[in-house]
Parts: sequence; C-alpha cells; structure tokens
Amino acid sequence: MSVSVRTLFFAAYRDLLGTSALDVALEGQPTVADLVRNLRARGAPFDALPEQPAVAVNRTYAESSELLSSGDEVAFIPPVAGG
Amino acid sequence: MIHASVQTSPIVPETVLAQVGSDQDGAVLLFLGMVRNHADGRAVRGMYYDAYEAMAVPVLREIATEASARLGSDRVAVAHRTGDLAIGDISVAIAVSSPHRAEAYEASRYVIEEIKKRLPVWKREHYVDGEEAWVEGTVPPGGGAPPHRASPEAKTDIAAAARGGTP
Repeated sequence: MSVSVRTLFFAAYRDLLGTSALDVALEGQPTVADLVRNLRARGAPFDALPEQPAVAVNRTYAESSELLSSGDEVAFIPPVAGG
Repeated sequence: MIHASVQTSPIVPETVLAQVGSDQDGAVLLFLGMVRNHADGRAVRGMYYDAYEAMAVPVLREIATEASARLGSDRVAVAHRTGDLAIGDISVAIAVSSPHRAEAYEASRYVIEEIKKRLPVWKREHYVDGEEAWVEGTVPPGGGAPPHRASPEAKTDIAAAARGGTP
C-alpha cells in the first residue's frame, strides 16, 4: 500500500527546488515527518529544505506527527511575511 | 458581518471601510499597510506578494473571526493584496467598528499582528539597485519547528537560494 500526496512549494522553497508542486508516493502509514525525510533524502537541492519545516495539510497547519492519506495536499510553508 | 479577502486587484480603502460600521458604533478604525521605499537602509522600488491563496483566505477569515470575539462585534473587514505592488500601494487594509474605541484599536492591532505570524503570504523586495530578495519571515506557530530549533544550516541554504534565485 502506498500513499500518494501532492506537495506544494511557495516563495523561497519554490525558488530553491525550481518547482511549485510534486507528487510523492510513500509506503506504509506515513507522517508529515516521513514526507520531509523522503524529500530531503533526494539530495540537492531537496536536502536544503529545513529538517522541520512548517507544513500545512489540506490548508491547515499540521504537526510533523500528523498521518497522511492519499490525495492530501501538503504545502511547505516558508517563514511567512504578510502585511 | 466579517469580510476577508485576498485579491490581485488594488485595494480600495473606501470599499473596506464601507463593510463595517453600524448605528451602535462610535468608533470606526481603518488601518492601511503600504509599500514603503526603504528596507533595512536599502532603497526599495517595489514589492511582489506571493500567497498560498487556497489557505490564506480561510486563515484570514479565522484571524478576523478571532478579532471579532475580542471586539465584541462582528464588524471586521480585512483585505490582503497579492502580485506586483509599487511604492505607496496598499498591501493590506483592516477596518473594524465597535461602540467604543478601545476594543476597535485592540482588534485592529490583533489582525495585523496575526497576519504577520501566520498568514501564508510572502513578499519579495525589489531594490532600486536591481537586486531582489524574499523578505525574512516568521515561522508560523502550530507547524514546523519553533525558531530556536530550526536548523541554522538549512536556513542559511534557503536564504542563499532565495538571494540567488530570479523568478
């Protein structure tokens, strides 16, 4: 069984990775932390993502222990600067 | 009624102001955030605002709703701009109204401070000298590591990437 999620990257993360979205398949019962580890393990430039970035699952800020389900939208949120 | 919008079109202060106010209210307050011509001693010629719009709209509404509870009235309106802005353009407008001024000032302040803490919006400064950079932001609460636990190495890499990147 694998879980497929849609990851989104914004602002400095998008520039870093050169992409704004990526589909990722994960084995077992993956958490947000597993997704981050999977991406960082891909080497440059992914390994420059923070070990514990702010992440939103389905448009709500999520803890790194949150379980992911197929179809989830997982956004990597660089430090915010609105206003 | 609470109003929250994230928009690419210019913010019209009168429109946001018209969304609040009632016969019970003796205080009506409008805050405008503007693009200024300098940042950390550097001359700025403009700003690009990027947003995770699908999330920014509900988060902005959530912030306005929390402010409304502090205000004791549902008369809160907030609009945030995205896209390319010039010096003097309005990036954010917050209007609140209440029977008395103290709650209005508190609620207005609450909205702008919470926007800076957790609204998924980013800004890229365009300097007069031709360079540009993402503005160093705030790690939002409830997601990711608190700032003191963030990896300094990774942060440096991101900053370097941001400096080097040209969209």
